[in-house]
Amino acid sequence: MLKNDSASFFFKFIFAVILLIGSFFLAMVFGAADTSVKDVWLALTTNAAGKTIDMIREIRLPREVGAIFVGASLSVAGAIMQGLTRNPLADPGLLGLTAGANAALALTIALFPNANYFSMTIACFIGAAAGAFLVFGIGAVKKGRISPFQIVLAGAAVSAFLFAVAEGISLYFNIYKNVSMWTAGGLVGATWKQLKILIPIALVGITISLFFSRQLTIVSLNEEVAVGLGQKTAQIKMVLFIIIILLTGASVALVGNMAFIGLMVPHIVRSVVGADYRYILPMSAIFGACFLLIADTLARTINAPYETPVAAIVSFLGLPFFLFIVQKRGKAIT
Amino acid sequence: MIIHPAIVKKQRLIILVLILLIAATAIIGMGLGTSSVSMNRLLPTILGHGTFKEEFVLFSVRLPRIIVTLLAGMALAVSGAIFQDITRNDLAEPGIIGINAGAGVAIAVFFLFFPIDVGSFVYLLPVAAFIGALLTAGAIYVFSYDRNAGLNPVRLVLIGVGFAMALSGTMIVIISSAERQKVDFIAKWLAGNVWGADWPFILAILPWIVILISFIAFRAQQLNLLSLNDPSAVGVGLKIERERITLLLAAVGLAAAAVSVTGGVAFIGLLAPHLARSLIGPRNQLYLPIAILLGGWLLLLADTIGRNIALPDGIPAGIMTALIGAPYFIYILLKKSS
Repeated sequence: MLKNDSASFFFKFIFAVILLIGSFFLAMVFGAADTSVKDVWLALTTNAAGKTIDMIREIRLPREVGAIFVGASLSVAGAIMQGLTRNPLADPGLLGLTAGANAALALTIALFPNANYFSMTIACFIGAAAGAFLVFGIGAVKKGRISPFQIVLAGAAVSAFLFAVAEGISLYFNIYKNVSMWTAGGLVGATWKQLKILIPIALVGITISLFFSRQLTIVSLNEEVAVGLGQKTAQIKMVLFIIIILLTGASVALVGNMAFIGLMVPHIVRSVVGADYRYILPMSAIFGACFLLIADTLARTINAPYETPVAAIVSFLGLPFFLFIVQKRGKAIT
Repeated sequence: MIIHPAIVKKQRLIILVLILLIAATAIIGMGLGTSSVSMNRLLPTILGHGTFKEEFVLFSVRLPRIIVTLLAGMALAVSGAIFQDITRNDLAEPGIIGINAGAGVAIAVFFLFFPIDVGSFVYLLPVAAFIGALLTAGAIYVFSYDRNAGLNPVRLVLIGVGFAMALSGTMIVIISSAERQKVDFIAKWLAGNVWGADWPFILAILPWIVILISFIAFRAQQLNLLSLNDPSAVGVGLKIERERITLLLAAVGLAAAAVSVTGGVAFIGLLAPHLARSLIGPRNQLYLPIAILLGGWLLLLADTIGRNIALPDGIPAGIMTALIGAPYFIYILLKKSS
């Protein structure tokens, strides 16, 4: 590693953290209810009570903390997927993980109406894993090399199937409202209780992924080289795969469907820090958190006092990005 | 062009079987449902000897629904067949490449923001859907057109998938700013609930379907050429770009007309042409009629099963077709060599 390289990364990282703190305050101050910077400051640093201050502490703070961890988790999951599959279009939403978690949610609500948040999260893990296994299973079954394009198509088909399953179950058992509250809820109504489950999973997942970032860089370049360098690729892949499932599952349990964020953020980050996953992963976490904070602030303010689902804003921004990648990497993808 | 008589005979036979299947499904479908007309009362009711309730159920509820599903299925099948021929990609399908979603966004905008006039609403709906679908198709076409290499079929499908995702996102934005009641309608529409099951809806989409399908029937030969490759199409004197765009317009129109009454039904445009081609081969004159009937039958079957599987509301046809169509899509994806 060049010394210069890590020094410049250090400055970029500091800058990103400042950006994150800035977006956090922005997200805390703006919203449907008028709040001032002073209120936010009092709510965060003192025990002062008051209507606005309580509102900030009990409603807006958990929501924005949720945005930070979901944004970071999904972005890191996307970055790992892109490296692991050497597919620039990999994203938990595009490759069937989100849809799988959705179907699992619907099934759980149908069979165990009294399931608590923790068991829902577990169900999301299982569902995300099932979706991923289906999509990558198709890749493995297919003779010859499967191109990124075909994986995206397989992902689209598997997603269509699993969403249909979810919708079918929720209509059959008359739990449509309940299920859609989970899957289309976004960050509305995030509580500290839910965050207590999400935050440890996100922290552990992201931290472990950082330990494997060096191996991920090698795998992302070329599998033969990785084996030649003495990497235990099968184990590395297994661990990273589990991390993807954990990060995605925990995020879906909180916000429901959210595509494109795992696609966009790592690409933006790559243009800033290059192709080394030791830099990409931590930067993706910070950028992803910023991104979702800003997107959520937009969601709350565009059409205030009504909410615009944040997932919609993200996918709206995601399309130009998707098109850009397809244009730029067109030859390699197909 | 001479087609071997044996194949023509085979085609006739398949068509006959399909018509019988459609008739059988329709008759069974009439007898099923929450307020059914029992089998032995069916014939008397049709002949005009039924009670008021029987006549109402049959002529105002069941029959229009059956006709609308049949027509929509046919339109989707032809639309899918054209997309596959033009892009030379077996996986192109109006649902997958975002045409349905584009029509859906337009319908949602139209439904929410334009004053609804009961008389003309039904007839303007396919127009709104067409505009939305056309804009989407245009955007996808522009993005997948390469100045040097021409239309890139693979890229077209990929970009379409991206559009489909983003447009469903847009749809949520639009819905979220609306009133509760209207939201329910659009949510059901999205799931592919055949909602336009009434005579005016049939009148509204019938001209589209009749005109466009006969237009395409006349173009079967051009379509054959386009599905081969550009040099051979040019070689026999075909103006490729113009031909491609007119056919694409027809395909978009058909898909839009269909989804304006059925909602987001995907995969019929994939299933029907594929099954038809595997039955009789890729020549358009032979497989298109079969694909049309198959499309109608499949959607009718999906709707009949979905309607009766979970009472009282049933499961939207769009969900049923996705459950069958998605695995088939993957099967084609696996079979096709990259």
